[in-house]
Amino acid sequence: MKIIKEKHAFAMRWTHWVNFPVLAIMIWSGLLIYWATGAYTITIFGQTLFKFFPQGFYEFLNLRSRLAEGMAFHFFFMWFFAVNGFLYVLYTIVSGAWRELVPKKSSFKEAWLVVLHDLHIRKTAPPQNKYNAAQRIAYTSIIIMGFGSLFTGLAIYKPVQFYWITWLCGGYHFARILHFALTVGYVLFFLIHVVQVILAGWNNFRSVIAGFEVIEVSALPVPQDLTEEPNLKDNPNGKE
Amino acid sequence: MEKNNSNIEQNIKRRNFISFTTFAVLSASALGGWKWLYKAGKEEMGITARARSPLRVAMNKSEVFFRNFFSNNHLVKTYPRSQAAKNVRINSRIGLEKEGFNTEEWELSVIKDTNDILKLNMADIKALPKTEIIFDFKCVEGWDQIQHWAGVRFIDFVSHYKLESQSKMQYVGMKTPNSKYYVGLDMPSALHPQTILAYEMNGEPLTLDHGAPLRLIIPVKYGIKNLKRIGTISFSNRRPGDYWARQGYDYYSGL
Repeated sequence: MKIIKEKHAFAMRWTHWVNFPVLAIMIWSGLLIYWATGAYTITIFGQTLFKFFPQGFYEFLNLRSRLAEGMAFHFFFMWFFAVNGFLYVLYTIVSGAWRELVPKKSSFKEAWLVVLHDLHIRKTAPPQNKYNAAQRIAYTSIIIMGFGSLFTGLAIYKPVQFYWITWLCGGYHFARILHFALTVGYVLFFLIHVVQVILAGWNNFRSVIAGFEVIEVSALPVPQDLTEEPNLKDNPNGKE
Repeated sequence: MEKNNSNIEQNIKRRNFISFTTFAVLSASALGGWKWLYKAGKEEMGITARARSPLRVAMNKSEVFFRNFFSNNHLVKTYPRSQAAKNVRINSRIGLEKEGFNTEEWELSVIKDTNDILKLNMADIKALPKTEIIFDFKCVEGWDQIQHWAGVRFIDFVSHYKLESQSKMQYVGMKTPNSKYYVGLDMPSALHPQTILAYEMNGEPLTLDHGAPLRLIIPVKYGIKNLKRIGTISFSNRRPGDYWARQGYDYYSGL
């Protein structure tokens, strides 16, 4: 028989789905700004391997001569990005959800086993509760990255008034590089995240919209067996 | 048991329906909100222009918020002279178009009141105490360069010429002699101890491309506010016109 298991709180789902378009707008408007002086390259031993970004990239996204627009959007949506992130962190603290999210000592070792399992190299995944070790690391890192974007962003936005933030970021130049690198990080996170969500399937996807999962359990014939219920908390899918 | 099972099925269906409908409605409204914002009308030509009206409101609100953090004690970082660029970047010549401009004939007009204009020449300005600054000049486009400038601090200029009553107003406006480039500055930024009316770069008189004979160096603002070749200085309680704010940029543009 099926049972309904509550999984994600409303606050988590709300902030997740608000963040998605807001972050997309931040990245897009950030590119409009970056375009004005596209200075970054990956250079090793004097060889430029990649230039952020090839001209075709800008043309494809229609990113030309739109610096003023980019800044106007960026410095408007930054407020939503910050407030939404703040609300999410507040929710995890107040609800105690952080306990499921922050990596444990064992997480760093276990995360490799999760990765090997996901790549079908290892047959079994380590036991887990709501989030596996790799997820704990990923979902905590992304919050730290979000904070990093705000921090490095302020360092670039008001380098005189918040000179100490700029100093902590290693100066104006380095703050810009960090701010840019974090954005590259979001894009990579997004790609892996989407692949994992597709692989995890419908039940998991629904839980981030509707909040619950449906679990198939062998019939519970006699009420006394309900003492075994804690076992149900293990997520049989292993992925989310 | 059977009944229980079908109850659960019904419950799942009901909750799926409610959640996904809500999700779809909210997504559609978010998309609608975005389209509204993206297609929002541009401002009419005024003190500021060419930004989407709601975004201009947001810029002005952000200015109000971030002005709370402004302080004369927050100074731009300065560098040793050896780090100053020898080849100082020229990004724009807007306002410098007039061919045959003669720095010798140049005069600075300080509009103290409608009928009270103070006319000054370079000797008057050079007679005031000279201040040097070597700082990281930041362009709104994203580049920056360590540059070495020298001239008279605006605050010293104001006190020497007894412009106290003018400096109680909220804004300063500056224009090139041909009025083609102009900036508006909030008074606290103009009176910041690092704001300089500069006449030297790397220890030499300014070249024409860098705004000879006198230009503004205001490290608490982006480069767009650092007007070259000052012709007129005026004071006002209303925002003076600003060249780049009329191209959709933030009026404040403070760092």
